[in-house]
Amino acid sequence: MKPEPVLRLVGVTKEYGEEVVTRVLHDIDLTLEQGEFAALIGPSGSGKSTLLNIIGLLDRPTSGQVLLQGQDTRGLDEDALARLRARTLGFIFQFHHLMPAFTALENVMMPALAERGWPDERMRTRALELLAQVGLKERAGAYPRQMSGGQQQRVAIARALTMSPALVLADEPTGNLDTGTSAQVFELLRHINREQRMTFLIVTHDPRLAQQCDRIIEVVDGRIVSDRREPRRSG
Amino acid sequence: MPFELFVALRFLREGRAQTALIFAGASVGVAVIIFLSALIDGLQASLVDKTLGSQAHILLRAPDEAARPLVSSPDALVQVVRPAQRLRTIDQWQQVLRLMERTPGVTAVSPSVSGAGLASRGTASRSIVVRGVEPERFERIIDVPSKLVAGQWRLLGAEAVIGQKLARELGVVVGDTLRVTTADGRADSFLVTGLFDLGTQEVNERWVLVPLRSGQTLLDLVGGVTTLELRVTDLFGAQALAERLSQRTGLVAESWMTLNAQLLVALQSQSSSRYMIQFFVIIAVALGIASVLVVSVVQKSREIGILKAMGTTTPQVMRVFLIQGAVVGLVGSLLGGLMGAGLARFFASLATNPDGSPTFPIQLDAKLFLTASAVAIVTGLLSAVAPARRASGLDPAVVIREA
Repeated sequence: MKPEPVLRLVGVTKEYGEEVVTRVLHDIDLTLEQGEFAALIGPSGSGKSTLLNIIGLLDRPTSGQVLLQGQDTRGLDEDALARLRARTLGFIFQFHHLMPAFTALENVMMPALAERGWPDERMRTRALELLAQVGLKERAGAYPRQMSGGQQQRVAIARALTMSPALVLADEPTGNLDTGTSAQVFELLRHINREQRMTFLIVTHDPRLAQQCDRIIEVVDGRIVSDRREPRRSG
Repeated sequence: MPFELFVALRFLREGRAQTALIFAGASVGVAVIIFLSALIDGLQASLVDKTLGSQAHILLRAPDEAARPLVSSPDALVQVVRPAQRLRTIDQWQQVLRLMERTPGVTAVSPSVSGAGLASRGTASRSIVVRGVEPERFERIIDVPSKLVAGQWRLLGAEAVIGQKLARELGVVVGDTLRVTTADGRADSFLVTGLFDLGTQEVNERWVLVPLRSGQTLLDLVGGVTTLELRVTDLFGAQALAERLSQRTGLVAESWMTLNAQLLVALQSQSSSRYMIQFFVIIAVALGIASVLVVSVVQKSREIGILKAMGTTTPQVMRVFLIQGAVVGLVGSLLGGLMGAGLARFFASLATNPDGSPTFPIQLDAKLFLTASAVAIVTGLLSAVAPARRASGLDPAVVIREA
């Protein structure tokens, strides 16, 4: 039996406005299988951010279904969505969005802490492991303002992985970084994807970055205009 | 430490100047409440204390005599003449006394006979009130021993303890003899064993305390008493208790509250002005806390958005801000408690009477601090409700996009 896809969108439509209805997404169907490393591209205003928000359960479609690991998200209330988000999704934002009042370690622990309510030793160990994975173990006690942009983004990646999510959503993860750092951060994502067969959906403007992904989904005017799979490169 | 408290404390720490500001605001509020309460409580306590220094909390006496007309036809013209009142004893007063002693809320009962008389020594004489009492019971109603200015508190046989002023007017000192004559001509001599100052001119000038038996003989009420004097635990519940006692015994019961109605009105208006001031202080502090927290919600909207995107639930975000309000209240009550107590002490030390006692008596007790802390914490929580709602209502998708 084939495992449930990590993500399945069926006929997702999004409209804004009451009097004058603007349709931002038109009848989107999309499936992401486990272990995929996909890029979502498209000009600004194409609806890709809205699509990302709907996939991230931060927004609800006007019609259509969003299934995460086979679970239908229709009919779930705000808090049920929040809990589902915590367990199955990891977010990486363009402007790294670490919480300035907390150390790198605390930022990485935060999703687990929010979900379980109380800190425990396992949580700490896991966060330290993740920091080690992104190469920042020795910066665990540093505050975001004491770190470089690249370091902050790596902490954000570690944070996105804390709950071992089924799907990591990255919104312009390198958009804010210089070319060298950008390549490093991308390599890190790629590495995690290969090592842990973790599924990634990366929104990017950068065609060179998109070219390095296994699959490129292009959105224009609220419709998927192309969806191509690149031959998988070796290492 | 639970997640919400951890995040709340960090947010407060991150706020620095803002946090210091609301801590200061809450502290000053609590300090004002404590200082004001300490001052007014102290003032009221000392007023009540002075008043009750020479008064029982409740007085029980026999009902007034009333004439019952024998004719009660509506056609008849009847004029009821109110009989002249005379000293009357309380029927079966020993039984009433035992009943009073068993009544919850009553801490002491003292029987006494009182009546008008004349005290004379040589050619000097003064109109007085003869009060026959049992000293060991009476001192639990009115603390004469601690208010003696000369001699000792002893009433054995033909001994009397009198007011300081009366003694001066009659030229009597401890050890002298005093002659007491009552209205119907009975007379007796007493050895003055002590002089008291109960703080009230009237009392110092007129009271002659004698043993119960001597009083009974002098006033022609052998075996009887005219009043039972009571001390109660709940000072301000005295009137209600008096009414109940009156119903149960058929006697007239008067509390200090009816006998000092004007003082009570003054105390009440003092209290209401104090509640008014405290109310507005609380409102001002609450508005201060709320406005600072609202600003902090706006400043932290991005972080709140991230928390929510990561799966933090709406009630969790709510609690993060409610806790901040409560922490402000808690810190405010600790700092404010110290400030208020210090201020009250300082104020009391500024103005003192010649004998070194403060002109403005202050009363600081644990209950006051607990109440002020509870008020501060509840105020903090309530002022955080609006900011917390605002924070928890933030849409993560919007906030993260706009950042």
